[in-house]
Amino acid sequence: MDEGPRYLVTAPAEIAHGVGGVKTTGTSLPGNPIVDKAVMAVTGGFLALFIVAHLVGNLKIFLGHGHLDAYGEWLRDVGQPFLPRTVLLWGFRIVLTAAFFLHILAAIRVVRRNRMATGDRQRPAKTGGTPVQRYAAATMPMTGVIVALFLVFHLLDLTWGTANPGFQRGAVERNLIASLDRWPVAVVYSLAVLALGFHLVHGMWSLFSSLGFHGRRIDNVRRVIATALPAVVVLGNLAIPVAILAGWVS
Amino acid sequence: MNITLEVWRQVTPDSAGGFVTYTVADATPEMSLLELLDRLNADLVDHRIEPIAFEHDCREGICGCCGVLVDGVAHGPALNTPTCQQHLRSFVDGATIRLAPMGAAAYPVIRDLMIDRSALDRIIAAGGFVSTPTGSAPEANSIPIAKELADRAMDDAACIGCGACVAACPNASAQLFVGAKVSQLARLPQGQPERRARARSMAAAAALDFGACSDVGACRDACPAGISMDVIAALNREVLRASWSRR
Repeated sequence: MDEGPRYLVTAPAEIAHGVGGVKTTGTSLPGNPIVDKAVMAVTGGFLALFIVAHLVGNLKIFLGHGHLDAYGEWLRDVGQPFLPRTVLLWGFRIVLTAAFFLHILAAIRVVRRNRMATGDRQRPAKTGGTPVQRYAAATMPMTGVIVALFLVFHLLDLTWGTANPGFQRGAVERNLIASLDRWPVAVVYSLAVLALGFHLVHGMWSLFSSLGFHGRRIDNVRRVIATALPAVVVLGNLAIPVAILAGWVS
Repeated sequence: MNITLEVWRQVTPDSAGGFVTYTVADATPEMSLLELLDRLNADLVDHRIEPIAFEHDCREGICGCCGVLVDGVAHGPALNTPTCQQHLRSFVDGATIRLAPMGAAAYPVIRDLMIDRSALDRIIAAGGFVSTPTGSAPEANSIPIAKELADRAMDDAACIGCGACVAACPNASAQLFVGAKVSQLARLPQGQPERRARARSMAAAAALDFGACSDVGACRDACPAGISMDVIAALNREVLRASWSRR
């Protein structure tokens, strides 16, 4: 009868039975990049949906006087009478802020991990993907910081009004035009929108993989989303300062 | 062919290294990069110079031993081809080729172009294995498996563990390697009992040494086994699912 080969196990039990690898050398990085990336994908996807909703709201400036202000007022009213006024808005703001900070925290962990994992090696040649995809992926930390810094100014400018001349609470259309009529602000705004566009090119592509969705059909879907969504966000948001500086909207 | 080689020389893991330039005047287009190194090493030995250390075994693209950065590209200019199958016909006469060890914090240089890839072995060990006699191979058709599943598991099992995916990755991530190893078992009925624990354990071992995936596909271009990027998303799914599960 064939009893098969017999092995003499001399390795430590941990190795012989594979109960997690025994580390001899190595880097011992903290955390789990798959979880960090999933957090970035969920929060980033949510933030991207907000960006689109924000754009849809802002484009009402092209509908004529009063539409944007009425929409702003609706944002405070929505949820009534089930919820008191502004409660839904504040709930949304809290979730949005939480998503924003979770996104940044996970990003910091990923950037630190990648820096430690690459160490002081010589940089490999750039391969894989299209040049735009590679550029967008490589510049994620930079475009993210640009967008975050711009967001602080954006809130000071159009939410709290401290960076906006003659800011009037609730006068959304007036405040927006007063802000972007200053050309340095329009330039900074446009650069931030471009940075956001590149950030979305990579984000909208990779979030599917980070959450475990794959296959040819998913690739077709995400190719469209990662191209169309950034294009719409960039063109839509750039249309506003262009229209204001050209005097089409006043 | 006249080929100029800039080769990374380093005597011990702790010593400083640097590129040294050599020329091989009698190279031929059908020589592989490893044969070029053999040719050069024969010369170096004749001149009583320590030959260049590089790893190699089967030289037919199936063992996963060889692998260097060729002008910064893991394995070399031909896509999905191990270093031993990279031939000088990819280069012009008079070319300068820079050979460096595959790089990552988890790949310490042992000597010259040789690196220590035990970090990959630790991931495999974390996946678990049996060390008891299990008799001869069971009858192949005793567990029915759909052909597509068997084919896909076989595609994943094609990974030869050369580690070029990590060296090509801008983040030194091992996701293609880990994805192939996790998927080849997760797809098959035999892999189900320990599916969740294995995904968790292997991902945890990989997390100790390697970077995060940016989904750019540098690994896919370098992989001599042609592993699909699908295994990366599949790995993410396995690990995320396993993180919720208690099993």
